[in-house]
Amino acid sequence: MAKVMLGESEKWFIIHGIQDDMRNDGRSCEDYRHIEVETGVVSNTHGSSRLRLGSSELLVGVKVELGSPDPKAPTEGLIHFHVDCSPNADPSFQGRGGEDLSANISCILTRIYCNKSSIDLNTLGIIPHKQCWVVHVDVLILECGGNLLDAVSVAVKAALHNTGVPNIQVTDGDEGTQEISLPDDPNDVKFINTINAPVLVTISKVGSRHVVDASAEEELCCNASLVMGVTKRGRTTGMRKMGGGSLDPESIPEMIGTGKNIGRQLHISLDKLLKTEQGMAEDIEKAGYL
Amino acid sequence: FELISDEGYRFDGRKPSELRRVRCNMGVFTQADGSAYIEQGNTKVLAAIYGPHEASNNMRSRVCLDKCFINCEFSQAMFSSAERKKRSRGDRKGKDMSAHIKQTFEAAVRTQLYPRSQIDIYLQVLHSDGSLYCACVNAATLALIDAGIAMKDYVCACSASLTKETSLIDINHVEELAGCAEFSAAIMPKLDQIIYSELNGRIHQDELGQLVDAVTNGCKDIFAVIDRFEVITDNTEIAVSPRSLHS
Repeated sequence: MAKVMLGESEKWFIIHGIQDDMRNDGRSCEDYRHIEVETGVVSNTHGSSRLRLGSSELLVGVKVELGSPDPKAPTEGLIHFHVDCSPNADPSFQGRGGEDLSANISCILTRIYCNKSSIDLNTLGIIPHKQCWVVHVDVLILECGGNLLDAVSVAVKAALHNTGVPNIQVTDGDEGTQEISLPDDPNDVKFINTINAPVLVTISKVGSRHVVDASAEEELCCNASLVMGVTKRGRTTGMRKMGGGSLDPESIPEMIGTGKNIGRQLHISLDKLLKTEQGMAEDIEKAGYL
Repeated sequence: FELISDEGYRFDGRKPSELRRVRCNMGVFTQADGSAYIEQGNTKVLAAIYGPHEASNNMRSRVCLDKCFINCEFSQAMFSSAERKKRSRGDRKGKDMSAHIKQTFEAAVRTQLYPRSQIDIYLQVLHSDGSLYCACVNAATLALIDAGIAMKDYVCACSASLTKETSLIDINHVEELAGCAEFSAAIMPKLDQIIYSELNGRIHQDELGQLVDAVTNGCKDIFAVIDRFEVITDNTEIAVSPRSLHS
């Protein structure tokens, strides 16, 4: 079964190991597990990515549609996040079992992306008050191996980076209305600028130390964690404390500092990978699940 | 719009009795007891098996004393079809498909060997391009083999359609929409038994024999492709030798 269960002694083993900066798989407290990212794996979408972090597995598909903008922000486009927990990950996600987790993750994603500095939504506007691009980001969780939030945010950034929005031409039609025309060439796209897109870093407090990228077993040993959205330049876009335990107010600045450093490094590695992938030839076959 | 050109080719270049390219992989997930991924042309399906295990709390009522019961759930990703469609998990089409697949595998799995337990089959469609039921059944067969669950035989499924007196095997989405009768069947190839069949549309009684033959041949072709896949022979060898902790 996919649910991880730990006995008391196993928990104490993990907690004491972390206090000595030694985790079960040999990492130090600030190391991430091996991350594999691949973009452009789903052909039906405008952008997609597949991510594997330890034993967590995700697939993100981005589709853009035409829609009407929010009256409060008539020149901006919209981004909607939807998370689907597949029963492949855990039998308890069958039927409506995964809805709580999905709602939680999509709320957090909305919160970090829907502010002025993450993605310039003005680039997604077409005709003010009438038409704009609506970007639907669909996350499919195929396996949960701990630290889902970080994995989801990295995959979403990679997928958005890979998303090509068709270049639309706005012409003046009859009677003062404006008409839009889509390009014939499917490759005539403008990629979304994800230079300021944030990435979530979860710092979990285990015992008296805090660890980054907790595996499923370590998550069971931690009562409280801090999730923060960090951009490439090390700025925080949002923060939330999760879990039922308590955090010492003095330790929070330290955790935030760690989170910012780690977030910066994560961005650097991810951007390097995305750049290499873009540079690769178009006809290289994506491995996907094969 | 012609499904078969004058030279006898379908619009994607295949001959009427040709399958799409089948690629598969087993052991894709580490946490599930068995998992498999199959691509039939552009239809991509992931299958995960959990079990046999003790019946979960909300399914206690379905426990049988003499055999295991199979629980199946089918879901499609929102980006799987050309148009983004928000599908809720328990919608009618999904439940219908789950029920058909459950029925298929109840006939193939040796359920008497696992009394009082439950086997979960979870199917996730990543990309849908026709013959969804067939790809799901093929993926689930591979996943069950990966999980080491005893079955009477492989289960291979294939679909076919009839147009201008020619049967088209392994139809894709465009051919499905063309409006001809569509026949899907799941067979156990070595035992040569049909365990599930479904016909949508209207055909003449005389044409039924031809369609059934076409589908049976298609299923046997799929069996030949899957059986040749080395992971299956590796898997059956591993079952005999002691399993390592991380396999």
